[in-house]
Amino acid sequence: MNDFYATWVYLAEQPLLWLTLTVSAYALAHWLFLQAREFPLFNPVLVAVALVVLALMLTGTDYGTYFEGAQFVHFLLGPATVLLAVPLYAQAQRLKRQWLPLTLALLAGSVTVILSALLIGRTLGLDSGTLLSLMPKSATTPIAMGVAEQVGGEPSLAAVFVILTGIIGAMAGVPLLRALGERDADTKGFALGVVAHGIATARAFQHSERAGAYAGLGMGLNAALTALLVPLVAWLFGLY
Amino acid sequence: MIGFIALVLVLQLVGEMVVRLAALPLPGPVVGMGLLFMALMVRGGAPAGLSRLANTLLGHLALLFVPAGVGVIAYLGMLAEAWLALGITLIASTLLGTVVTAFTLRWLQRRLPREPES
Repeated sequence: MNDFYATWVYLAEQPLLWLTLTVSAYALAHWLFLQAREFPLFNPVLVAVALVVLALMLTGTDYGTYFEGAQFVHFLLGPATVLLAVPLYAQAQRLKRQWLPLTLALLAGSVTVILSALLIGRTLGLDSGTLLSLMPKSATTPIAMGVAEQVGGEPSLAAVFVILTGIIGAMAGVPLLRALGERDADTKGFALGVVAHGIATARAFQHSERAGAYAGLGMGLNAALTALLVPLVAWLFGLY
Repeated sequence: MIGFIALVLVLQLVGEMVVRLAALPLPGPVVGMGLLFMALMVRGGAPAGLSRLANTLLGHLALLFVPAGVGVIAYLGMLAEAWLALGITLIASTLLGTVVTAFTLRWLQRRLPREPES
């Protein structure tokens, strides 16, 4: 028993344990998602995060210790973003023909997300610090954190809202658009990328490389637009 | 493959430097994506090794969001307190944005004259 405890204490300090937990939890979540025939409630990010949070709470491990190991996975987000250029390039001709509809749809979607978060949240009595952290929630994590900090919100809270938004978009976006009669995979991909960034882009890639490319484009464009729009909207509403 | 891994890291690094030096409101990797896109335009195609690397990493993009998602653990108390207001705001705003983006795109694609296929 003592040996086991000593081994645990040693391993709990090592990045390997938390890296293994992250990858295993995701592998299990992905397997469950396939078993459940891609039923949206079994979203792999949601299930993997829930499993890891549960494990950390049961072992009394703090997030800092966990991230020592998980950072190796987290780091790969950067290279993955750079590599989005490859599927994007494969669709370049098609995207070029549609640049005007895509740009206007991006603008409409980005404004809708920021304004609706502010107005609905304010109506429901959320404080201004929370509202300012909610507004950039459709951008990718680093942008949302930077924007939240700039306008006086809370960066780490903004990161949580970004992830929750991504999970909601990946879970509910496709069923909703399908129910509303949208059949075009490119349109669905782009809308989800604009509103629910990388998590929805990951979901779109599972559908097809082309839908993934549209989602990646929406994600990249909205990251930039959010950084410009959120301070402007916050200023117009006297929050910044 | 290793050459392409190095290339991707170099582009990300250059992206970070450009963002810092020009004070752009963009993440470094997004600038890196733009640079790689331009390089592919100039070259006129993606080499097979680079496509393989992209497929490998993008095939499980969702995994890469797990560590950031676990950050929710620090806010469980706050989320439990305001879960209803936050839940409604997050869900309503996300779904509204999705529908507006998709419908605007579909409507404009029908209204605007298509540029000729090239």
